[in-house]
Amino acid sequence: MSRERTKAAAFPVDRNDVDLMRAAHPPHWMNPTPDGRYNLVVIGAGPAGLTAARDAASLGAKVALVERGLIGGACVNVGGVPSKSIIRTARLYADMRDAENFGGDVPERLHADFERAMMRMRQIRQRLSRADSAVAIASEGIDLYFGEARFGGADTVEVAGRTLHFRKALVATGAHPSAPAIPGLAEAGYLDNESMFDLTQCPERLLVIGGGPLGCETAQAFCLLGAKVILAQNEPMFLPGEERDAAQILSDALAREGVEVRLNTEVVAVRREGGKKLADLTREGDTTTISVDEIITGVGRSPNVGGLGLEEAGVAYDADGIKVDDHLRTTNTHIYAAGDVCLEYKFTHTAEATARIVVRNALFRGHERLSELVVPWCTYTDPEIAHVGLYPIEARRDGIPVKTYTVLMHDVARAVMDGEEEGFVKIHVREGSDRILGATVVASHAGEMINAVTLAIRSGMGLHALADVIHPFPTQAQGIKMAGDAYRRTRLTSLRRRLAARWLAWSRR
Amino acid sequence: MPKTEPDDALSDEELLDRYQRAAFGYFLETVNPDNGLVADTSRPNSPASIAVVGFALSCYPIGVERGWMTREAAVELTLAALRFFSASPQGGGDDVTGHKGFYYHFLDMRTGLRVWRCEVSMVDTALLMAGVLVAGAYFSGAGEKEAEIRDLAEALYRRIDWRWAQGSSPTLRQGWKPKSGFLHYGWEGYNEATILYVLSMASPDSPTSDDSYEAWTATYQWENIYGHDVLYGGPLFMHQFSHAWIDFAGIRDAFMREKNSDYFENSRRSTYLHRDYARHNPYGFDGYGENLWGLSAGDGPGGFRASVERRRHRFSGYAARGAPFGPDDGTIAPWSYPASLPFAPDICLAALRHLGDRYPQVIDNYRLPSGFNPTLANRRKFGRDGWVSEGQYGLDQGIVVMMIENHRSGLIWELMRSNQHIRRGLGRAGFTGGWLTQPAGPVVSGDRDVA
Repeated sequence: MSRERTKAAAFPVDRNDVDLMRAAHPPHWMNPTPDGRYNLVVIGAGPAGLTAARDAASLGAKVALVERGLIGGACVNVGGVPSKSIIRTARLYADMRDAENFGGDVPERLHADFERAMMRMRQIRQRLSRADSAVAIASEGIDLYFGEARFGGADTVEVAGRTLHFRKALVATGAHPSAPAIPGLAEAGYLDNESMFDLTQCPERLLVIGGGPLGCETAQAFCLLGAKVILAQNEPMFLPGEERDAAQILSDALAREGVEVRLNTEVVAVRREGGKKLADLTREGDTTTISVDEIITGVGRSPNVGGLGLEEAGVAYDADGIKVDDHLRTTNTHIYAAGDVCLEYKFTHTAEATARIVVRNALFRGHERLSELVVPWCTYTDPEIAHVGLYPIEARRDGIPVKTYTVLMHDVARAVMDGEEEGFVKIHVREGSDRILGATVVASHAGEMINAVTLAIRSGMGLHALADVIHPFPTQAQGIKMAGDAYRRTRLTSLRRRLAARWLAWSRR
Repeated sequence: MPKTEPDDALSDEELLDRYQRAAFGYFLETVNPDNGLVADTSRPNSPASIAVVGFALSCYPIGVERGWMTREAAVELTLAALRFFSASPQGGGDDVTGHKGFYYHFLDMRTGLRVWRCEVSMVDTALLMAGVLVAGAYFSGAGEKEAEIRDLAEALYRRIDWRWAQGSSPTLRQGWKPKSGFLHYGWEGYNEATILYVLSMASPDSPTSDDSYEAWTATYQWENIYGHDVLYGGPLFMHQFSHAWIDFAGIRDAFMREKNSDYFENSRRSTYLHRDYARHNPYGFDGYGENLWGLSAGDGPGGFRASVERRRHRFSGYAARGAPFGPDDGTIAPWSYPASLPFAPDICLAALRHLGDRYPQVIDNYRLPSGFNPTLANRRKFGRDGWVSEGQYGLDQGIVVMMIENHRSGLIWELMRSNQHIRRGLGRAGFTGGWLTQPAGPVVSGDRDVA
């Protein structure tokens, strides 16, 4: 479902891409012939669609899965998989550059090989897509159709000249990069956070528009891979919505890497001049013009709702996506939605979690709720920024008194050994109790560390009990346990201390 | 000229007196007596900063009480400033001094007009007004000039359109520019703006809406860091500026009632937190430790990246530095010690003495620089003293004079306790208890024993 916006790049780039296409959208695929009504017709074979189709089929449901592009959706093809693969190479270069800090020598010739980084990414993408090949899916008893799907009415879907009748349907068509409305941008040409993976050469000077997770990850990775990066963000801080201190640490890290940080800055116009792209940046009424070789936008994602015949099926939607209730049902009670097409938080793991809810609710009359999901997320910059549950500001606005137990990563032994002591663990509890409301972790491996807190919240475990969970020493995840220890120390009231001292004194007699 | 005399021979009181008087001297040296404007820094061609004028107006009464200037001289400088602001052009166009009763952050020392295409600043106007109210409270004499000070002070405060400064949100905007309108900065988390909210809510004519303070405090984060329970604010000045005028000991708003603490106690803990951070010294900066700490807003060595002891750092120019989440480039703001003196006198005095013993070269006749960075000693273009901020900044000198005075005599706190606007603003923000339960004292009238 990638959308071409620039001639600077063309998919497929190499043999890995050709192999990926062969598996994820075989050129001579024969669509099956429908044989009666389906229990579930799934539109879109991204993380949500694949999960729902497989779960339903494994329980004996008759399932059809429809895909217009590549199986795997944005995540494996143009999202999390390729971006994190490139980030790994970027971290390698950062480590080589900082080798002295780790007791090593900086290589004499340290030149980032962008082409090799991209080739590695394509290899990984191809390898991970194999598990979800068309042949593999068909072998699991799923009727796989390639083509544009369109609702023909309240209980039918048309695809490639065939009519699929369904009892229930799931729309999981995902989202595509939003196009920022900047005069001249489309004419000058730009890449978005999907088409940028087709780059074969690193742009010398790069403007990244948008300081959300996509923009920050992209800016840092390209900077480490050798580009001179300017990151323009129209808000006063990066990652709006994250905690101020997390955004502050990220801002410092980006500046230290050499990213030219432009906060409170709007890109108001772009034009092409002599092979360069000129961008006008405005801050507090003052405009400056910069010259770059390429522009990448990372300003968010818009739901794929066009051309599906949602009106004919009685499914309501707007610019934010398909409207669903807490059970993920659309305005047509036989049709559900899951993943990016209907969710505010567009993550692979939420797409999969919502797909599971749909299978239970749609096929087995379940009553599972979207609002009961405990959803963590992570921005894969260095350091990573991971969050789960409530932010203190949300808790306070709901009238919940909140207290945060903070552990600095520079107090976590393993982080010091690893030279990764930037960041913190913050666990938010309801004041006067140990009930965990949420947590933010900023650390090199925050995405791994947050899982312990998610597990604790999901299982109703309090911060007091978390302190009893033995962590192997030395690990960075000990930062989580240390927050529990900090909680325990504050519970040691003077009365308890006095009582303990009296008991111990008596025991000595 | 570096300070040469050893401090060991001086008592704490004598030492503080020297630092306080040296800081006070800044205002007499940099004021334009014609319009009362005071330079932002002691560097050549520095414009005036309205906040520094607010500090100057607050410091003149201290100078009078300490015998460092005559009451007549203080009246003249105060009147010059109040008359200037009162007569200065206001409006949304060019060649003005302010808008809607607020003022541009930086003004030309001579003409008093906006410079550097700077913003109309809400918090700096609040700091100016706090000084204006100090003047109005202190100069309570019967003479014509002192009466004029009181009238002008009241008029300047009352003409501010605080409601306008909220824009379309409950919290106050940080700034405004003629071309782009309100600046796109939000207020998130605790900071130095309590005085701004108190003054804005107290306005008899155009107060902010009732939900403004609550909307701001909703963004507060109460954290346990290094074993301290604190309302977090990274740079130390956030825990000092509003406290220069208002004694927050024992008075509590809804947030502090919930946390069973107060903002004075919070500043004390935050001061200790900064010391603890320096003991941790996670980035291995030179000198950090028990008696060298204090990250704040201030001057810095400049914007560049450099490796020190095989670690990559990014150094900054003028910036707000904070602990423990940064940014931290090894630049210490030594004026933090006198500025936190009322909260944590023991560790602040120890740090001040350590500074005099170990880094006498950064102190200019007991006057403290905005910042210095010992990590940069003998690196890049820097000499053996590392980087030391050139000259002095008015904000730093002002907070030093005021907080030493509050520590010694409580003069400013006492003046402001009797101010009806301050009391009303605190009340509307939900503060109760402590000295607020006592009736406002009689207006202070000059000769006081402040020794």
